[in-house]
Amino acid sequence: MDKLMEVKNLKKYFNVGSSGFFQKPNFVQAVDDVTFDIYKGETLGIVGESGCGKSTMGRLLVTLLDSTSGEILFEGKEVNAIRKNNRKDISKNIQIIFQDPYASLNPRMTIGDIIREPMKINGIATGDELEKKLDILLEQVGLASYHKDRYPHEFSGGQRQRVGIARAISVNPKLIVCDEAVSALDVSIQAQILNLLSDLQKELGFTYLFIAHGLNVVKHISDRVGVMYLGKLVEIATVDKLYSTPMHPYTQALLSAIPIPNPEKKKERIILTGDVPSPINPPSGCRFHTRCQECMDICKQTEPPLVQLESGHNVACHLYDKK
Amino acid sequence: MLLDIKNLKTEFKTKKGIVAAVNGVDFSVDKGEVVAIVGESGSGKSVTSLSLMRLLAKTDKTKVTGEALFKGENLLDKSEKEMQKMRGKQLSMIFQEPMTSLNPVFTIGRQISEAVIKHDGATKKAARERSIEMLRLVGIPSPETRIDNYPHQLSGGMRQRVMIAMALSCSPELLIADEPTTALDVTIQAQILELMLELKEKLGTAILLITHDLGVVAEVADKVVVMYCGKVVEKAAVLDIFRDPKHPYTIGLLNSIPKIDENEERLFIIPGTVPNPLNLPSGCAFRDRCPNCLEKCKTCEPPLINLGEREVRCFLYEKENEANG
Repeated sequence: MDKLMEVKNLKKYFNVGSSGFFQKPNFVQAVDDVTFDIYKGETLGIVGESGCGKSTMGRLLVTLLDSTSGEILFEGKEVNAIRKNNRKDISKNIQIIFQDPYASLNPRMTIGDIIREPMKINGIATGDELEKKLDILLEQVGLASYHKDRYPHEFSGGQRQRVGIARAISVNPKLIVCDEAVSALDVSIQAQILNLLSDLQKELGFTYLFIAHGLNVVKHISDRVGVMYLGKLVEIATVDKLYSTPMHPYTQALLSAIPIPNPEKKKERIILTGDVPSPINPPSGCRFHTRCQECMDICKQTEPPLVQLESGHNVACHLYDKK
Repeated sequence: MLLDIKNLKTEFKTKKGIVAAVNGVDFSVDKGEVVAIVGESGSGKSVTSLSLMRLLAKTDKTKVTGEALFKGENLLDKSEKEMQKMRGKQLSMIFQEPMTSLNPVFTIGRQISEAVIKHDGATKKAARERSIEMLRLVGIPSPETRIDNYPHQLSGGMRQRVMIAMALSCSPELLIADEPTTALDVTIQAQILELMLELKEKLGTAILLITHDLGVVAEVADKVVVMYCGKVVEKAAVLDIFRDPKHPYTIGLLNSIPKIDENEERLFIIPGTVPNPLNLPSGCAFRDRCPNCLEKCKTCEPPLINLGEREVRCFLYEKENEANG
């Protein structure tokens, strides 16, 4: 399969100021040395708990944030170089759908204007053709043509998210980053939006980076899944492998923690103790070692690299070091 | 029976008309039982709990009618003073957002002690010891030092534990938990659910759990009440709900969750959205989204139909009922 995007040793540190006047500034290591590829036409899911850096990573890929170091290659070209040359080459190819459908639409613009704007800026269509395109887009996302003169406040959360999707797909991008795109929605609406996203992918061949904390949602929509913990990618594998035989102890705990909507299935739970440590001063060695049940001496000192196992999993854990 | 709610109705007067957020709800909670109220946003589940606790602002714009019998006494008839004596002591509540429901200017120790001093007349010293004991019970490491922390020094999961410690400090008979784990991560959610069940076993507290997460319901509840547009549409034991849901809304809700242990190509969809509470359809409120809508559903509102151990608000089961009864 062709690589659409390659992410190499990506880092993003946020300066959060120093604790005293003469002290060195502190950094939140939001994304720390993450490497992975996104293939054409696939859906790559990224899961992790709050503060693990998944949203920061999404924003880095759309170049809404500048990385501290590392490379992001889109179709073989460094995104920052593309952006310097022409900003529109990024926005035409990479789009994002945000989490909060209440905050991500301009309340003073009509739905039509919101969806027209990216098409106008990128010179996709004008005049009658633009209107025709708008009608098609509205229909594709399950809205009607008469909605275009309405304002966002007249719509429900699910409908607003459809507007966000229409806006993102209006420029016919290659990659769409869905940052918690269904997390704010009720279950019945969430199912509608998930089906819409997979229909659009089948029809128009998009590639998705699907960031979410709901593991069942990610499983449903993804082809491959990456798990993040405290700024690190700890495991990445195909969806079947990851969910049937999780290798990293954190992935195992995460999967066992999901409540299953079936009272007859009682399962063994791995209850993690403690909370996620602060990303300002993450633990030495493996960042998960403070909560890990399998923790060994080496974990406290050396950081495990992400390596591919024979089974096809990519995992960063000393348990699988070659002896 | 610990709590018996009869025909509870909560109405809000708005500029555009009267909204019946809770519209004739009946259910009961027995001693030591976990009852879950499930529904989507706007179904009236949180307003039900706030009405019970009498925490809705008292203005001429809100009207609560019906009965909420707690050990035979109607909570809705109590004066504010009497309610203050009961809140925290006999019934207490955990709110959804641990970030905003603790007072940021007091230490957590002071906030937990407050209830103990007020209700049990404990001395400051005894209250502090009780608070430390409660913090230990909810699994906060080194409670002796943590007790002097302010809420901002704690993580979300720990704040939720503090809320639970506070709610349980006077061993209430009923704990109302309004989306207690919704704001938390899954691994922390697992810890909190485990804790609530453990405390139920130890202290015999009945829990009224309000949630939209059916996974959580399956894990902890004994009985389930499904709400839609301010009404109870189905009531049954947890096994019956998941094994054999009756109401088309419950069926749709269960089918539209992506399952972690199954592969499905497409998700089942309940079409449309929840209707505007100011403009509910005539007849059954669910009829516009229902795959089995009958002629009758458009004009008459279905009553709660008794099917032996369970109840369902749907005309589909009318005949079954006649045959049985």
